[in-house]
Amino acid sequence: MSEITVSEVAKNGLWTNNPALVQLLGLCPLLAVTGTVVNALGLGIATLAVLIGSNTIVSLIRNHVSDAVRLPVFVIIIAAFVTCAELLMKAYTYELYQILGIFIPLIVTNCAILGRAEAFASKQTVAMAAFDGLMMGLGFLFVLVLLGAIRELLGQGTLLVDMHLLFGTAATDWVMRPFGDNYSLLIVVLPPGAFLVTGFLIAIKNAIDNANKRRTDALKDAPIKGAKRIRTTGHIS
Amino acid sequence: MAFKQITSPHAHAAQNTGKVMQLVLWATAPGLLALTYHFGWGSLINVLLATATAVIAEAAVIRLRGRSVSFYLRDYSAAVTAVLLGLALPPLAPWWIVVVGTLFSIVIAKHLYGGLGYNPFNPAMVGYVVLLISFPIQMTSWVTPLALLPEGLSHPGIIESINIVFSGYSPADGVTGATPLDSFKFSDGLLVDQIYAQNPLFSEAAIAGVGWEWVNIGFLIGGLILLASRIFTWHGPLAMLASLTLMSVVFWDGGSSDSPGSAMMHLFSGASMMGAFFILTDPVSSAVSNRGRLIYGALIGVLVYIIRAWGNYPDAVAFAVLLANFAAPFIDNYTLPRTYGHTDRRRATEKEEDS
Repeated sequence: MSEITVSEVAKNGLWTNNPALVQLLGLCPLLAVTGTVVNALGLGIATLAVLIGSNTIVSLIRNHVSDAVRLPVFVIIIAAFVTCAELLMKAYTYELYQILGIFIPLIVTNCAILGRAEAFASKQTVAMAAFDGLMMGLGFLFVLVLLGAIRELLGQGTLLVDMHLLFGTAATDWVMRPFGDNYSLLIVVLPPGAFLVTGFLIAIKNAIDNANKRRTDALKDAPIKGAKRIRTTGHIS
Repeated sequence: MAFKQITSPHAHAAQNTGKVMQLVLWATAPGLLALTYHFGWGSLINVLLATATAVIAEAAVIRLRGRSVSFYLRDYSAAVTAVLLGLALPPLAPWWIVVVGTLFSIVIAKHLYGGLGYNPFNPAMVGYVVLLISFPIQMTSWVTPLALLPEGLSHPGIIESINIVFSGYSPADGVTGATPLDSFKFSDGLLVDQIYAQNPLFSEAAIAGVGWEWVNIGFLIGGLILLASRIFTWHGPLAMLASLTLMSVVFWDGGSSDSPGSAMMHLFSGASMMGAFFILTDPVSSAVSNRGRLIYGALIGVLVYIIRAWGNYPDAVAFAVLLANFAAPFIDNYTLPRTYGHTDRRRATEKEEDS
């Protein structure tokens, strides 16, 4: 368990064990706030920050908390970080804070965060835990933003609308309308659209994985025809 | 003396999916005729466009899945889905509405779940609901029936209809209007008698709504033909129509301004007959046993009435059918038929018999 390398952690978080596409954790915010890129980005960054913070602290106290009470302790730590994130958003991005509403406090219940605290941070060194938080958070953020972009583009025909909520007035002009002004496809904006697009993203990820697997399998030496395994006794390692 | 043993079913002619589907296609003809007569060429264009889209999409998806294209296209199931969707869409709807709906039906509602026989929901109704939710404006503007067109105005001819559908050129004023269920729902504050006196959709009608009553009678005739040729049993349709009638009789309050409308209006307006005979009889997404179909049909009738009377949408067959599709496996679980000679009922999930 402790023999995990940095690159494995990065690959796990971003791809093989992506919280949104593989573990399917934190689906509630994933489905609820990904109507536009800016909402997704806002919530994704907040989650990322909370995840790094909670993973670090959980790893720090991992030898001082008894197993019986570890979950309440984890939740309190996460809740403390979520409160910080909420207050920060209230202070610096007030409009976005109002749009995201209940989903910011609900980061506490995002099972991706508690899951990482329990499965990884409580067993690893501080640096590794923080790095895992960063990678898992980025993996989650990446899917959120991708989903937000697809749903925004297909649903209301815009891209990067309202970015000034996060990046100041200079970002007002970032909005693009590739389909003209009157385009809309309501189903993609509504919750069913979130499920549909998520489903397609998962399918694409699996297709890429399968294609990669086929390619590496093809590179392996083909078994010699007619070869038989010799029966042995004792230990085979 | 040895007899050659022949086991059941003792059928006289081979039946296959393709033949059944073709018969269903022919049975929609009376309804399509009534639609074309009363509402112009729009429905026919919808049906043709949807069929073309469905066949191309079906062929493409089957190819992608590595199956035999010619074998699966010959079962006509894509054509049936497309025709039913085309009949349900408003005449003169823009072409992309028809294409998007059909693609959604065939690709997502049918093939992503595994193709014909594996789809938990009725594909045509999934396509319809997606369109209704996504494009409420285009989906709720219907065409004025022939008998009520203003003096000197007629439905657009074939060429003009094609123009309207494909180039977004809008038809003359007065050609589009509301459906009876629509106008009934949004006549707040009027007694039923007043609505019937003021709105020509009702005052000119014989039993339910100008044009619509004939469309429903057309689908009723087609449905009875299918029933007579034993494509489906009577349980589903009868249960649905009976429960719809029962609901509208029970909640008929003598015609106050709050009244959800008479039983006659509910039976012969909107998609009632089409739903009863062509949609809920889909063998894949409905309940399986006869008892199950009785429950399934009755559930749809009740849901149709509830959504029409107290919901936000004027017609409700598509929503009701999808909700009942959700319930179909559950109904099947509790209505497992018993082998002949056994009396006690058991659930499908019970593994062992205690007898």
